[in-house]
Amino acid sequence: MTAIMVASELNNNLLVVVAASAIYYGTPLFFAGLGEVLTERSGVLNLGVEGMMLLGAVAASVTSARAPGPAWLVLILALLAAMFAAACGAAVHAFAVITLRVNQTVSGLALTILAGGAGLSSYLANLWELRDPVPHQFTKLDVFGLADLPVLGPVLFNQTLLTYLSWVLVVASSWYLFRTRAGLHLRAVGESPQTADAVGINVVRTRYVHTLAGGSLAGVGGACFSLSIVPTWQDGMTAGRGWIAIALVIFGFWRPDLTLVGAYLFGAFSSLSLTLQARKVEISPSILESMPYVVTILVLVVVSGGWAKRRLGAPAALGLPYEREDR
Amino acid sequence: MLRLERRVDVPRWWTWAVPVASVLAAMVLGAVLIVSSGNDPLDVYRRIFESAVLGSGSLSGTVVAATPLLFTGLAAAAAFRMGVFNIGGEGQFIIGAIAGAGVALRFGESMGAGVIPLMIVAAAVAGALWAAIAGALRAWFKTNEIITSLMLNYIALNIGDYLIFNSESSWRLLEGSGRMFPQGKPIDTSAEWPFSHVGPVDFPFGFWLGVIIAIVVWVLYRRTRFGFEVKVIADSPSAATYAGMRARRTIVSVMALSGALAGIGGASDIGDTRHVFDPKGLRQSGYGYTGIVVAALARLNPVAVVPVALLMGGLNNAGRALQGRDFPAGLVGTLQGLILFCALGGEILARYRVRRVAKAVLAS
Repeated sequence: MTAIMVASELNNNLLVVVAASAIYYGTPLFFAGLGEVLTERSGVLNLGVEGMMLLGAVAASVTSARAPGPAWLVLILALLAAMFAAACGAAVHAFAVITLRVNQTVSGLALTILAGGAGLSSYLANLWELRDPVPHQFTKLDVFGLADLPVLGPVLFNQTLLTYLSWVLVVASSWYLFRTRAGLHLRAVGESPQTADAVGINVVRTRYVHTLAGGSLAGVGGACFSLSIVPTWQDGMTAGRGWIAIALVIFGFWRPDLTLVGAYLFGAFSSLSLTLQARKVEISPSILESMPYVVTILVLVVVSGGWAKRRLGAPAALGLPYEREDR
Repeated sequence: MLRLERRVDVPRWWTWAVPVASVLAAMVLGAVLIVSSGNDPLDVYRRIFESAVLGSGSLSGTVVAATPLLFTGLAAAAAFRMGVFNIGGEGQFIIGAIAGAGVALRFGESMGAGVIPLMIVAAAVAGALWAAIAGALRAWFKTNEIITSLMLNYIALNIGDYLIFNSESSWRLLEGSGRMFPQGKPIDTSAEWPFSHVGPVDFPFGFWLGVIIAIVVWVLYRRTRFGFEVKVIADSPSAATYAGMRARRTIVSVMALSGALAGIGGASDIGDTRHVFDPKGLRQSGYGYTGIVVAALARLNPVAVVPVALLMGGLNNAGRALQGRDFPAGLVGTLQGLILFCALGGEILARYRVRRVAKAVLAS
C-alpha cells in the first residue's frame, strides 16, 4: 500500500512529469526533424516543413473523422494519408528546386505560405468541416501494464504508439544512413553530387526520393498533432514547430540519434511551460515559451563555430542545385 | 528526360510579362482547386475583385492593407538582394510597433503630430537593432540567419504578448474594459498619422512614406558605393574580399537596413491603422511572411514592390472582407503561395528553355 503511494507521489514529481511530456511533445519534432535530416543529407534544403506538417495534420484529421472501419485500421489509414499529403507538398518543392533549380530557400518558404496556417491546410479543413475532436486518436498506452512503475513507468511505458514508432525509426534510419549502400549513396549525393554522378549514382532520383521521404515524415509529425496533441482542428495548429524541426537538424548534426535528443530537449521546454502553469508557479508563460527559441539561437551559435563545422559539418552540397555539365 | 538550357537573349519586355503571366497561371491553378471543392471560380474571383477594387471604399481598404506589406516587402527585398535571407521581418515589424507605440504613448499627448517623425525613427532603430542580432551572428559566427531571424520572430511575439497579456506595462490599458480583457492602450488621437484623399481613395501617410522609401532604397542599391558593394558581395564573396570590401560590416548593415524598413512598418501599423499595440492581431496578420512573397514577385526590385504590395494587399483586403460569408477560408494564402511558386517557376523558364533530351543522347 505505502509502496504504491510512494510510487504515485514519485511519478507526480516535477522532473518525472516534465520528462514524460518532453517525450510526448518531442515526438512530432523528431519525426519532422528526421524527415529534414534525410532531405538535407541529399543536398536539398526544404524550409516548407511547417506547411508539410499542416498538410499531414489536416489529412490525418479528415481520415480519422470520415474513414469507416475499426480504430486501428483508421489510424493506419490516417497516418498513410498524412504521409501522402505532406509528400505531395514536398513534391512541389522537389520539382521546383531539383528540376527547375529554383532557389531552395525561397521555394521552401513558398511551400510554407502555400500550405500553411492561412493557406491550403486551412482551406481543406474548412472544406471538410473539421470542427469536432477527431473520433480516433493515438492515446497513451499502458505498455506491459508498467505505466505505474516508479519514474520509468510514465516516462517509458506510458507513451503513444507514435513514440514507440519513432524509437524504431531512429534505429532503422541510423542503420540506413551509415550501414547500407543506399545510405552511402545518399550521403555521397549530399557531399559531392559531381562525384556521385561520376560513379553512376542517379543524383536526381536520390534527391527526389529523399525529399519525398522527408516530406512524408513531416506529415507524420503533423499527424501527431491532429491525432493526439491537439485533437480538434485549429488553423496553424503546429504553431511553428516545423521551424524548430529545421533548427533541430543543425542541432543534431544531421544525425538521427542526436535529432531525437534535441527533440526531447525542445519537448521539455514546451512541456515545462505547461506544467509550471498548471502548478501555479510564478514565471511568466511568455518567458518560458521564448526559451526554446533562445536556446536554439545559442546552440546554433556554438554549433556554427569552426570547431563543430570541421568535426560534424553540414552536407557540403546542401542548398546547391546540381547541374550536369554538358559534354 | 528534361533538360534546361540557358536562353541566349531574353527580351526586355519579359521582365514584366513573366510576373503577370505567373499571376494568371496561379489564378488558373487556384480555379482548379476551387472547382474541385465544388465552387464556381469565376464567382469567387469576381467577389475578390469587387471587394478589393470596385466596391465603395474597397480601394481605400486595399491601400491600407498594402501599406504594411510595402514595408515588409522592401525589408525582404533589401536583404535578399545580397543573398542574406532575413525571414525575420515579422519580428522586426513587431519590435518596431512596440517602439513606435511606446514613443507615441509617452510623448503623443504633449507633442501632438510632432511625435510622428520620432515614432518613425524609434521604430526604425528598434527594428534595425533586432535584425542586427541575426546579422552579427551571421557575420561573426557564420550562424545561419534564416533560422536565427526566424527564432527571433517567435521571441518578439512573446515579448509582445508579455507587454499586453502577462504584465502591467505602459503599453497595456489598465482602466475600464482593459481590466477585464487585456488589450493595448490607444495612442493619443493627435499622434495618429494623417490620411490624404486622392479622388475617392484614402491614402494613409504610411503608404506615401513607403513609396518614398522604396525610391530611396532603389537609388541606394543602384547608384551608390554601398549598393555596388552589396552587388559584388552577393555575386562573389571572394572577389569582394580581394577588392578590400568589408563583407562582415556590409552583412550587418544590410540586415540592419532590412530590419529598419520592417520596423517602420510596425510604426505605421500603430500610427496609420490600429492606434494600439495589438500582438494578437499582428500574429494573425503575418505581414513579415507575406512580405517575402511580395519581394520575390517584385523580383527584389524596390520600386516594383509598390504595385506588388497593392496586389497582395488587395487579396488580403478581399479575404478579410469576404471572411465567413461562404467564402473558402485559407484561399487567399493558397493563392499567394501559388502566385509565388508560379513566379519562381516563370523566372526560371524565362531564363532557360526546357528541352526534352533522349536518353541515348545523354549517354553519348
